[in-house]
Amino acid sequence: MSVTVKLPTILRKHAEGEARVGAEGSTLREVLEHLEAAYPGITKNVVAEGGGLQRFINVYVNDEDVRYLGSLETEVSEGDTVSILPAVAGG
Amino acid sequence: MSERPTFTEDQVQRYARHIILPNVGAAGQRKLLDSSVLVIGAGGLGSPIAMYLAAAGVGKLGIVDFDHVDVSNLQRQILHTDADVGRPKVESALEHLRAINPSIEVVGHDTLLFSTNVFEVMDGYDVIVDGTDNFPVRYLVNDATQFLGKPLVYGSIYQYEGQATVFMPGPETPCYRCLFPSPPPPGTVPSCAEGGVFGVLPGVIGSIQATEAIKLLTGEGQTLEGRLLLYDALAMDFQEVKIRWDADCPVCGKEPTITELIDYEAFCGVPARPE
Repeated sequence: MSVTVKLPTILRKHAEGEARVGAEGSTLREVLEHLEAAYPGITKNVVAEGGGLQRFINVYVNDEDVRYLGSLETEVSEGDTVSILPAVAGG
Repeated sequence: MSERPTFTEDQVQRYARHIILPNVGAAGQRKLLDSSVLVIGAGGLGSPIAMYLAAAGVGKLGIVDFDHVDVSNLQRQILHTDADVGRPKVESALEHLRAINPSIEVVGHDTLLFSTNVFEVMDGYDVIVDGTDNFPVRYLVNDATQFLGKPLVYGSIYQYEGQATVFMPGPETPCYRCLFPSPPPPGTVPSCAEGGVFGVLPGVIGSIQATEAIKLLTGEGQTLEGRLLLYDALAMDFQEVKIRWDADCPVCGKEPTITELIDYEAFCGVPARPE
């Protein structure tokens, strides 16, 4: 499955400044692994050391928070948009 | 209409475009005049929030800030002017808000927010609008509004991106902790001072927060409750994602484990601020 990954500003430095990149996979885990292979370091703060998702960076498949779907095992479909959203506090 | 809201001559003229506007009207304008909003932070977000709420005729507007105006603020904090550099932000804010609308009450709270004073500062306000710039105060404000049963209009920015939503108190509706259960470890997310911020960005997000506050006060329209609005100024992209209520949320979940204010600096792993 080809999906579009929307990157927050803070991660774009890993992807030559791109705001959206393509990735492949049938689950979120595969998409993130594909992303990491293409842009080393990009998922360092998304996936926790133990292998789960961090609790201060949210990941959405389309408009759903994957914590309420299948977390890293959430299935993705062709054309889905995966958004990575870190907590920010600026005001 | 059974009740005819009464306005002064000045109010009829000042709020004419609201009074003739469907979904605000005389009744909505009366509600705004009888309402109160606390704006936390008189910075990038707080500037447009406070200015639009003052202009709209929110009867009582509270402004919380402990800082002084710095020349580096003026690129985005449009509530302050060059002549205000060095003044307390609250003092500058109150003067400019009174200039925008002399007929409303503006109240300054020249203080940092702590667990020890937040209930007192929030006392009497109908809606709280969060324009602060750090995680400990964001979690403090979230928990305090949940405990006090007050709606919270949330907005946050970083570089070119912003987020906004509305957190309502009570069960089965999400709070900030449902969205972000844990703060990022210190050092992983740079502040605006470190990472920079696009000057117009808080104008967009702050204006959305002012919009939501007015809708909460008038009871008209659909707010962002349960939806997180994401804005990317560089891509000029608006996106919306769902915010689910977390039944396991320590503050608003089914079995809360946090039932009083905590030490928010310790929670966020940052040094305590001098009180």
